[in-house]
Parts: sequence; C-alpha cells; structure tokens
Amino acid sequence: MLAAAQKDEKKDQALKNHVGHPQTGRDCPFTLLNSPISHTQYPYVTGTSVLGIKYKDGVLLASDMGGSYGSTLRYKSVQRLKPIGKHTLLGAGGEISDFQEIVRYLDELILYDNMWDDGNSLGPKEVHNYLNRLMYNRRNKFNPLWNTLVLGGVKNGQKYLGTVNMIGVHYEENHVATGFGNHLARPIFRDEWHEDMTFEEGVKLLEKCMLVLLYRDRSAVNKLQIAKITEEGATISEPYAIKTHWELEAFKNPATGAVGSW
Amino acid sequence: MFRNQYDTDVTTWSPAGRLFQVEYAMEAVKQGSAAVGLTSKTHAVLVSVGKTNSEFSSYQKKIFKVDDHIGVAIAGLTADGRVLSLHMRSECIHYKFLYDSPLPVGRLVVQLADKAQVCTQRSWTRPYGVGLLVAGLDETGPHLYLNCPSGNYFEYQAYAIGARSQAAKTYLERKFETFPECSRDELIRHGVISVREALAEGKLNGSNCSVAVVGAGEAFSILDPKMVQQIIDSLDDKNEEPPADVAPVEGEQGAVQDDTDQGVAPMET
Repeated sequence: MLAAAQKDEKKDQALKNHVGHPQTGRDCPFTLLNSPISHTQYPYVTGTSVLGIKYKDGVLLASDMGGSYGSTLRYKSVQRLKPIGKHTLLGAGGEISDFQEIVRYLDELILYDNMWDDGNSLGPKEVHNYLNRLMYNRRNKFNPLWNTLVLGGVKNGQKYLGTVNMIGVHYEENHVATGFGNHLARPIFRDEWHEDMTFEEGVKLLEKCMLVLLYRDRSAVNKLQIAKITEEGATISEPYAIKTHWELEAFKNPATGAVGSW
Repeated sequence: MFRNQYDTDVTTWSPAGRLFQVEYAMEAVKQGSAAVGLTSKTHAVLVSVGKTNSEFSSYQKKIFKVDDHIGVAIAGLTADGRVLSLHMRSECIHYKFLYDSPLPVGRLVVQLADKAQVCTQRSWTRPYGVGLLVAGLDETGPHLYLNCPSGNYFEYQAYAIGARSQAAKTYLERKFETFPECSRDELIRHGVISVREALAEGKLNGSNCSVAVVGAGEAFSILDPKMVQQIIDSLDDKNEEPPADVAPVEGEQGAVQDDTDQGVAPMET
C-alpha cells in the first residue's frame, strides 16, 4: 500500500512540472525557475551600416536599402533614413520592425510638439536625448529595440550629429557609423574628414566608404540613398547604385598562386 | 462683491455668466502683498514686498527659483503658491531629463494654467488662491507671464499684482516703453521703484524686499539682501529719473564681473 502511494507521488511530481514563478506568481516551467525572466529577442530582418558626417551646411547621412533575413539579402527597397520634424534626420541599422516602431514614437512626439503651436520646436539634441531615454529604458526591461541609430540635424545654425544604440550607449561626434561602418568607414573618416567640407566633398567621402562596405560587408546591397539636412530642411535622394570594379589582376586568374585541385 | 445665492460652489454659474468662487479666489490674490515683474530685450526681473506675521518672524518668501531659466513671484495664499512652484520645478526637471533642454517658459505656463483650470470645474477641489508672475528665458528671449486662479494666463512686458498694485502699475505704465532697451541694472531699479509705490507705510529695505533676475548668460537668482539694500539706498541718492551712467554704483551686483571698488557703497559716504 505504502509503495503504491509513493509511486503515485512520483507520478504527481513528474506532472507538476509547471509551478508558480517565485517573482511573478505566474505559471512557469519548472526548468526555468533558476533563470531570470527574459524577453531578450533575436533580430529577424536587419539593416546594415548607416554613415553620418557633418559638413559645411549641415549633416549628411548615407545607407543602403537592404533588409537581410539572416544570411539572405531578402528585401532590397527598405528605406532606412527618415526625416523627423523640421530639424532632424534619423538612420538605423538593426531590426527593421523596431526602427519602424521608433519612427512611429517620434512622429507622435513631433505631432504633439507641433500642436503646441507656439514657436518652440524640438531640435536634434532633444530628439537624441529622448531616444536615449527610450532605448535605455527598454534595455533595462530586457526588451530592447534592436537598433543602432544615427541622428543628425541642424537648428539655429548649430549642427548636430549623434548616435544611440540598443543598450543606451550614446555620444555626439563629427562622423558616426553603425555596425560594419564602424570598422570600415570610420578609419577613412578619421583620415579624410575635415571641418566645413562642401556638399560634393561630403558625398564623395560617403560614397567612397559605401563602396568599401559594398565590397566587404556581406549584408550590403548596391542600392543606396544619401540624405542631407540643413537649416532649410531635409532631403533624401532617390535610390542609386555605385560602380564597382572587378578587373583586378588577382580576380582574373584566381588559381595563380595555388594551382591544383586543392 | 456681496454674497449671493450662486457663490457657494465653484460649479455653479450665476445668471450673468460668472463663477463667483473663481472671482473670490482672484480676490485672494489682491489681498497678498505686491509683486512686480518686468522684461527687457535681454533680462526679466521680479521684485516683491514681503509681509511678516509679527515683529519677531521672518519675511514671507515670495520668489521661488523654478529652474536655471525660470523663476516665479507669488501673491495670495502662500501655501498654494509654494505647492505650485514645487509642481513647476518637477515639470522642468522632467522635461530636462527627457530632452536635455530647458522647458520653454510658454509651455510651463500653459501646463500651469491647465492645472488651475481643473480646479474651476470640479466640485471637490477649490481654485488655487494665488497669482503667479512667471519670469523666464528661453530660445525666443525673456518672458513674463501672469497665471491666474481662473486658469487664464497672459504675457506682459511688465505687470504688478497684489495689494496696491495699481500704484506700481501706474509707474510701470509711465516707463515701460523704455524697458526693452534697459540694461540689467536699470531694469532692476525700475522694478524696485515701482514696488516702492505699492508700499503703504514703512520703508523698503533689504529684508522686506526681494529682487530676482534672469537673463542672457545669467541663471535665475535671487539677489542677496545686502545687494538689495544697496540698490534701495542708491534710489535715495539719485532722483527718480536715472541718468544714463547709473551703472557704476550697481557695478558690484550679481553676475557683473567687474570687481574694482570704484562703485563706493552709498552707505559709506
């Protein structure tokens, strides 16, 4: 009799693999009892680098139009640069759906700002700080917006360029980049950027870096946009492609240094 | 105003379309001691007269710093004024935290007015019994606003509220056209003179008179009583029409960096 009762208990225990979570009281698998609650996600559709530089009249941003689905270059017309209000431009790498959510938050912010109708308006510094608050708060809840953002703008003659990422790290600089751009473009910026570049010089510099990224970043696609923001306002170019060159000697006879089937 | 059958409740209209409780709240403002505000192109100044409970007590605090760029002078129920000032500070800090930028004065004033309006439309809260002169500086320059218990707000070049404020306003009316071009010190002088007009008896001194300034490159600050005493004394030395070179005597005040002792304190002559 006792043995049978004990066997029943064991069966009960095995079925009781769902318990109340010690913190929330909600239903929780037994196996997760010792790990913290987490919503940390994985990104699904991602954008790659965004580049930003200050120039004479304002700020220039560049990005391609690719949305990768893991290793597949699935979407090729994703606009990753958006104007925010009169004074700011926002570019994003990382999860595209989270970027769209951020744009929605910012559009609402700008709407309420405009509704005051009082001659005051939120400038790039204010938007940057707001975004930092947003990203950092989400990070603290273990539910980040999986993006690295570039924010550029001009207000009252003051040029502004900054970046925020999904863990809330933020800073301002004369030239910024996200993702691979940090490794491939920023060194070029450090050598070749200077104060008060003309628009043409700025675009040339950005295109040079986008070309390097196109060659070396597997998530890059050859369809890019350049966005400009000045005191007058923001413009985003139509998408275009840049010329790549494959006539290097090394590409002509790839097996030169290592003939053979291995 | 006399008592009538429509004045018990703030949610009762009179047949003439008046809310008597709100008007009674505005009366409380008129009973408070005087406060004056004035602006130039670069600065905004608040001056007030303090009251005491008795000879032994300190003077009632009438001017509050709300943020580096905004301050407020109150007239009426001091407790209500204090609570609203605390609320304004909270709003400013919140905006600073979100946007890393100073809250534009006009927006703070509207938020305050909306808060006051709520109390004119609920049967379980009474209107705030305090008028606020909000002086501040933002991107669009220095501003002076008046917030009423009614929930209304107005922007002014210069204004006075509280007891005998009409006398102060009369002086301001005579002089306000010169204010935009006034220097910081001239503006303060005008403020102190106008508040002197509102004094029924006794003399202004550094204890019963508070002066505060905010301006381009100068955070909102309440002047030290000794400083205020110097200004008051300098009014007696010169006549009411300040000559163009009045600045040297006031050269030691506040943010002015010149600290040579050429401006001899009038008390020492």
